[in-house]
Amino acid sequence: MTRKVIKAAPKKTTMKKAIPSDIDTQAGYVRIEDAPLLPPPPSEVGVTGWLYKNIFASMSDFGSVSATLKSVFVAASTLFILYFLITQISGLLDFAIFSAVWSDPEGLKRQACWTVEQGGALPNGWHAACWPFIEAKAKFIFYGAYPSDDLWRVNLTYALGGFMLAWVMIERLPYRKIVGILLLTVYPVMATVLLTGGAFSISTGTIGGATILGLALITIGRLGKAGYVSGAFGDLALVAGVCGWLVILFAAVLAVFAIDFDLEAIDTRDWGGLLITLVVAITGIVASLPLGILLALGRRSEMPVARFLCTVFIEFWRGVPLITVLFMASVMLPLFMPEGVNFDMLLRALIGVTLFSAAYMAEVVRGGLQAIDKGQYEGADAVGLSYWQSMRLIILPQALTHVIPGIVNTFIGLFKDTALVSIVGIFDLLGAAQSTLADAAWSTPVQGLTGYLVVAVIFFVFCFGMSRYSMFMERKLNRSHKS
Amino acid sequence: MKKLSFLSALCGAAMGFGAVASANAATTLEAVKAKGFVQCGVSQGLPGFSNADDSGKWTGLDVDLCRAVAAAVFGDAEKVKYSPLSAKQRFTALSSGEIDILSRNTTWTMTRDTQLGLNFAGVNYYDGQGMMVPIALGVKSATELDGANICTNTGTTTELNITDYFRTNGMSFNLVAFEKADEVVAAYDAGRCDVYTTDRSGLAAQRGKLTQPDSHVVLPEIISKEPLGPVVRQGDDQWFNIVRWSLNAMINAEELGISSSNVNMKKFQSKLAPSVARLIGKEGKFGEELGLSNDWAYNIIMQVGNYAESYEKHVGLNTPLKLARGVNSLWSNGGILYAAPIR
Repeated sequence: MTRKVIKAAPKKTTMKKAIPSDIDTQAGYVRIEDAPLLPPPPSEVGVTGWLYKNIFASMSDFGSVSATLKSVFVAASTLFILYFLITQISGLLDFAIFSAVWSDPEGLKRQACWTVEQGGALPNGWHAACWPFIEAKAKFIFYGAYPSDDLWRVNLTYALGGFMLAWVMIERLPYRKIVGILLLTVYPVMATVLLTGGAFSISTGTIGGATILGLALITIGRLGKAGYVSGAFGDLALVAGVCGWLVILFAAVLAVFAIDFDLEAIDTRDWGGLLITLVVAITGIVASLPLGILLALGRRSEMPVARFLCTVFIEFWRGVPLITVLFMASVMLPLFMPEGVNFDMLLRALIGVTLFSAAYMAEVVRGGLQAIDKGQYEGADAVGLSYWQSMRLIILPQALTHVIPGIVNTFIGLFKDTALVSIVGIFDLLGAAQSTLADAAWSTPVQGLTGYLVVAVIFFVFCFGMSRYSMFMERKLNRSHKS
Repeated sequence: MKKLSFLSALCGAAMGFGAVASANAATTLEAVKAKGFVQCGVSQGLPGFSNADDSGKWTGLDVDLCRAVAAAVFGDAEKVKYSPLSAKQRFTALSSGEIDILSRNTTWTMTRDTQLGLNFAGVNYYDGQGMMVPIALGVKSATELDGANICTNTGTTTELNITDYFRTNGMSFNLVAFEKADEVVAAYDAGRCDVYTTDRSGLAAQRGKLTQPDSHVVLPEIISKEPLGPVVRQGDDQWFNIVRWSLNAMINAEELGISSSNVNMKKFQSKLAPSVARLIGKEGKFGEELGLSNDWAYNIIMQVGNYAESYEKHVGLNTPLKLARGVNSLWSNGGILYAAPIR
């Protein structure tokens, strides 16, 4: 502290002049150089310093009765937690690594993980992971019943998605915006074609109709822009123009879906495991954010009808449990449809999950919108921005930054909720793992533990990854108006 | 508002896109032929009956029935697609037309047969609730179990059956019920109860999860009837007949000694017992009566095998389930499998 003051002092010009004369006349001794730097006390640096500061400082105060009690309490709980962690972690490591059975070279299946009592070779009382079981079931846990010859399609989809996502996330790479747009537009279409095989029976009439509709809407938009549409219809014409482009885009997507790429069609019933979990979670995450933002804006809108509709939507979806939604979609929906018409089960679950999480997302975003100062809205109005401009440029960037933890919370919740689709007969990661547990060819006392351990680790990796990335985003977008 | 209507249009389009074009066929057979495969409802994993193997391919006794129907209809047992269904979903999936056959270890009961608009086309496995006890308990019969602690699943008929049984025999018992099969086994293995009760096929499947599988024994008493069989929609007798006779063909083949290994030889034999000739389509037009080709049963036996082959492959003594034929033997071997003759 003292050195800082000395350094800072010369800035004040009045003092600078006053000091030398004082030194000359009055002081007996003046230190002109800095005192030699002593090594920091051992309680401040190094391992001891760290240990002292972080662990022992809180339990070495015996100054008074209450402080002594506190110290003893802290020491005792530290020891307890340490003991707990060591036993648990060593137990886990022992279960998963040291005592585990790693290979089954003779193809004994369950016998490889049996103790002597059960008719195997392992010592009695052995209790650890049976990895050959996971090795045998890995394909099912990761891909479900997806045909083995076509697994390259899934892997290619993963690789493409991972590559593009990494590109967007690494800040030094060029064209990140373009890759991002491709990731959100072209990639889903490509993934759909790769995974399902494409070549859907979409009539050229549908595609043609959509194209013509789109062109018509664009023409209306052009006319509106050129001023041929008068009055209140002018705005409508502009909206029609925008919709026209969307319809054209939709027609293009349909056209791509109709192309036969000579890939074998693979029913979504054959999908399973991690593939389903990722498809459901990613679709839900990507679709629910924009939908949620629209709903949040709608709920705060000054247009009564839009506000009402959005409120009803949000409250409805928040009011029903996801299990109910999935059951409705899988059990009730088929009864409402004419016999023989069915609607892909996975698509039903996807729509259900997306709408459900959109409602939650809407409330998270609304929280962010409410945190924005009124002055920001007024400022945006004052510089003459339209509603959408002010939202896009001023309000949403701030609001969304505020609620990143909430948004990621919803994402992570959604990722874990995908496990619920297994109750409607879709084999997600958990469902697939559970169904492998039923295989009597592998049934051992540790079969269930091994399977659940793998599922837990996979879920943790994804959720923890999302969590870390969100913290990175928070730091990056921090405009430092908070500490 | 334009935007809203556009959104709804999009939704509509998406729904149309998701819908498989309805063939609008009058009969299930026509619809199945039009789409080119049999859609079969199976369990979410029940060893021996319907279970995905290591590569994700469905196998099991129930699965074989669907393959038999596909072999009869298309001459190709592989033309089946499977819908894994939960217990709650299964009947809706069938009545809504999402699947063509429900072959999912479903117990044939009067309520199900009469109130759901469904028909049971036969029985492919006679199961029954059994009890497992540790050998150390020294119990030889269920009647000695007075005052026992019994582990079972909650909310299933097994719970009701065991209560009925003990009441009938005037014995007291203490029920320890769990939600999941795994928990029941773990509790039984840990010695929390003296008896573990569920369907006998289930007892066999869960045995491997015990720390000492060989020190437990299944008691001889069977305390409930669980005839498991394929289910079809009511009101389409032709399809009902196809499923029923596909099963009957497998059982008859066993009775007549025809299996996948000798059916080809029989086909080229000039002198055949008339019953065999009728079965493999060398005599009569039994297939045509069903709306199929006359070699329908030949295809079943060739590609799926007879009942005994299917049984031994999936649940028999050489499988992890190690279920003896028992009551599922042919009537001529002391069991109750008795298929109507093909003539």
